Amino acid sequence: MTLGNYFGNIYKGLKSLATGMRLTGKYFVRRGDSLTQNYPNNRETLKLADRFRGEVVMPHNESNEHRCTGCTACELACPNGSIKILTKFVVNEEGKKKKAIDTFVYHLDTCTMCNLCIVACPTDAIIMANNFEHSVFDRTKLLKVLNKPESKIMTGVE
Amino acid sequence: MILSIYNFTSLTDNFHSFLSAHMAEGFVLATELVVTGLLVITFVAVLAMVLIYLERKVAAYMQLREGPNRVGIYGTGQVVADVLKLVLKEGITPNGADKLMFNLAPYVVLSTCMLALAPIAFGNGLVLWDLNIGVLYITSITSLGVIGILIAGWSSNNKYSMLGAMRSGAQIVSYELSAGLCIISIVVLSGSMQMSEIVNSQADGWWIFKGHIPVIIAFVIFIIAATAELNRAPFDLAEAESELTAGFHTEYSGMKFAMFFLAEYINMFVLCALAATLFLGGWMPFHIGNWTAFNNVMDYIPSPLWFFGKTFFIIFIIMWFRWTFPRLRVDQLLDLEWKYLLPISMVNLLAIALMNILGWHF
Repeated sequence: MTLGNYFGNIYKGLKSLATGMRLTGKYFVRRGDSLTQNYPNNRETLKLADRFRGEVVMPHNESNEHRCTGCTACELACPNGSIKILTKFVVNEEGKKKKAIDTFVYHLDTCTMCNLCIVACPTDAIIMANNFEHSVFDRTKLLKVLNKPESKIMTGVE
Repeated sequence: MILSIYNFTSLTDNFHSFLSAHMAEGFVLATELVVTGLLVITFVAVLAMVLIYLERKVAAYMQLREGPNRVGIYGTGQVVADVLKLVLKEGITPNGADKLMFNLAPYVVLSTCMLALAPIAFGNGLVLWDLNIGVLYITSITSLGVIGILIAGWSSNNKYSMLGAMRSGAQIVSYELSAGLCIISIVVLSGSMQMSEIVNSQADGWWIFKGHIPVIIAFVIFIIAATAELNRAPFDLAEAESELTAGFHTEYSGMKFAMFFLAEYINMFVLCALAATLFLGGWMPFHIGNWTAFNNVMDYIPSPLWFFGKTFFIIFIIMWFRWTFPRLRVDQLLDLEWKYLLPISMVNLLAIALMNILGWHF
């Protein structure tokens, strides 16, 4: 090791240490960047990522219509059987008998938020919602029916 | 009244004469020892709590977190809760351990670091024991702590503890050399090993300003060596939680673990106080040349405030190190000491001695 190398090493080492300390020093001074949110205190202003997976929901429009055809693709995709779809036959305007969902049963207690049902859905009838406050004292309350009562399939969704 | 010039010796003298008027000489000494002992224990307990809270907050802020903020105002109650938890927990002694040694080790570590508080000048005249070899006393007492760590590691009958203790021994023994050389360089400049003399020698300017670049180099090396002596990250090989669980205190629980924890933080305070005394002027207020008005304003700040301000500034720098740098490997650790710090501090000491002889400092 030459003498130049020796002092070069010291200089490089000190420089890299100073770079690291500048970064943490900046974090220390600028408190606005804090990644932690004071959760229970800021429930109104809570910021969650758009793709945060809280629970599976089925959006309905104003006339109480959903996009689910009852194809059971989500039920087949679910790795642990958290979805159960019960179908029925309804007669449409043309007098034809058609398959439609009766109840879309969703077990929130066993759901692992793996997102496979959302990926499997061909008509984008179900989505992941951000709501994550699911604590209840009785586990049966976690058994949910996603389609609203009296809801129908949206016209044009096959 | 100019506060930082206020001498606390009159206070202690008054206390002494008050006691002497009421009791025999032997009792006076005993009472004074008990009072100072109680003061030290209270100080140590409060200081450790403050430092733990500070450490957690600094760590959190540097990692973009919030830190403790639930118990009490800004989470200050969290430390009290943690200490209470440790006090109430059961202290388990493992079956295979050497019982006497295992239970003795935390007391050795804690008592050595409390002994090292004795010669530190907390303010003008506020010294427990102003002996004429104060600096030498501190360096020798702090190196005794490693014996406690070795006892703890060996008596635990656990390979992680043993490895941690051996690493800690190697580390402290090697880094004491460069720390000692940096201390000697200030002893050369001030011409005394007595803490009060060293502080008084900086009345017209702190050594870090008066001593040009060599003293700044000595300061940097002392801070690095002190971090290594404290077994703190980036030199925390003795604990290295990813490799050795918790190093030498793996088997300890409850109050005995708390004593190691306490000793770690008190040691940090002692070494930072030493650095503040040697390089930043101890309790001496900050003065600039002949700015009389500015100097007078500085004189109004009490001397203990100056001392604690400087000490906590250095403590903050050491915490800053901990939460920025990754841990060194053992060979890197010894490389740093034997190839870089020791040669540089030797040459530096020579330069400072030369500077002192030729009178090049202010």
